[in-house]
Amino acid sequence: MIIKVLGPGCNNCKTLERVTKEAVAELGISAIIEKVEDYGAIAGYGVMSTPALVIDEVVVTSGRVPTPAHLRELLTAAAK
Amino acid sequence: MSVLEKIPTSKRGHVTFLVAFAAAIVLAYRTNGWVWNHLLYNAFGMSPTSRLTETIHFFFFDSVKIGLLLIGIIFTVTVLRSYMSVERTRALLGGKRQGVGNVMAAGLGVITPFCSCSAVPAFIGFVAAGVPLGVTFSFLIASPLVNEIAVGMLFTLFGWQIAAIYIGAGLLIAIIAGWIIGRVKAERWVEPFVFETKLGGQIIDTTGGLTLEQRIQMGLEEVGSILKKIWPYLLVGIGLGATIHGWAPADFFLKYAGKGNIFGVLIAVLIGIPLYSNAAGIMPMIQALHEKGLPMGTLLAFMMSVVALSMPEMILLRRVLKPQLLAVFVAVVGSGILIVGYLFNALIPN
Repeated sequence: MIIKVLGPGCNNCKTLERVTKEAVAELGISAIIEKVEDYGAIAGYGVMSTPALVIDEVVVTSGRVPTPAHLRELLTAAAK
Repeated sequence: MSVLEKIPTSKRGHVTFLVAFAAAIVLAYRTNGWVWNHLLYNAFGMSPTSRLTETIHFFFFDSVKIGLLLIGIIFTVTVLRSYMSVERTRALLGGKRQGVGNVMAAGLGVITPFCSCSAVPAFIGFVAAGVPLGVTFSFLIASPLVNEIAVGMLFTLFGWQIAAIYIGAGLLIAIIAGWIIGRVKAERWVEPFVFETKLGGQIIDTTGGLTLEQRIQMGLEEVGSILKKIWPYLLVGIGLGATIHGWAPADFFLKYAGKGNIFGVLIAVLIGIPLYSNAAGIMPMIQALHEKGLPMGTLLAFMMSVVALSMPEMILLRRVLKPQLLAVFVAVVGSGILIVGYLFNALIPN
């Protein structure tokens, strides 16, 4: 699973990266987590509100940092 | 957040929560003055007329008052705004021409939830979707300029007329500034990569499918995150306000910065540019300054300058806008604020 955290580096984006890493470790999923800060790339996903989370090239959430519970849901669903 | 786990999950539970939350804030707000009066004058026996007491009273009273206002306003506005999204705004604005587009964009800029950190992706997104440059700017200007916290504060501290004037002035500046930028063919001053970016992927509506529970959660989170960010500025602002309130002689500013001084508004706007504060942080100062004779127009101009022309946002926008466009942006918005300041000094009696 390739997870991308989209964001230019504001606090919310860093938080999203951190909680994503924690959730992935908790669930024991094997995933590569990348941070994407380039605006061109972010726009390429159709994302206008950062931070956003992309799992295997699908945008799953954008505009806010999801709760740990919601995050785990998203990751589990994508792992299937 | 432990509070969130305690909210019952039924629809009735949510409504009950909202009502209880609102009631608690109103109750605290109403008893605030009484509490501090009793504490300071009766329990501690401080003299109500001494300057020190005045300053301390103002500090605590205002801290609680503004804290409560912030909680109430941020929560309400965040929940209401969650029914709108940047994606839907873009869909509404795509292809609209100047004029009408500027007016719509300004209005949408006020009600759409929008973080300044998203300014660049949003800008790129709007342009790629065919929203004219001027219209995009009306949105980007209105959003920080008509700050919802400022509106709430002005409404509470000065009444609905001042709040309405602020909203109207902000919208007008955003519409006209955006229109002007559209007319000067500013496309040549936008970094080329913006136009070359292909908008790929599927556009998801960030707030479309949210349940009431999630909206409440967003509201509470936003309260927590904003308070965490600004509480030092808040205390400094209140501290300054308290000092001015307690120690500056009445009508202090009237002599130096009243309407007689034609440079008053200009200086206020210039001071506001390098200052970057959340609207809430400077409210107590504004209240105290107004008390001491600074005219309303000058104060509105100062506040708008602080929140709308911010260095961090300029630096961020430099990634997509060439210096010429940044300069035009600052000049046009700055002039708008200046005009508003002078106009209201002339129109409002005090």
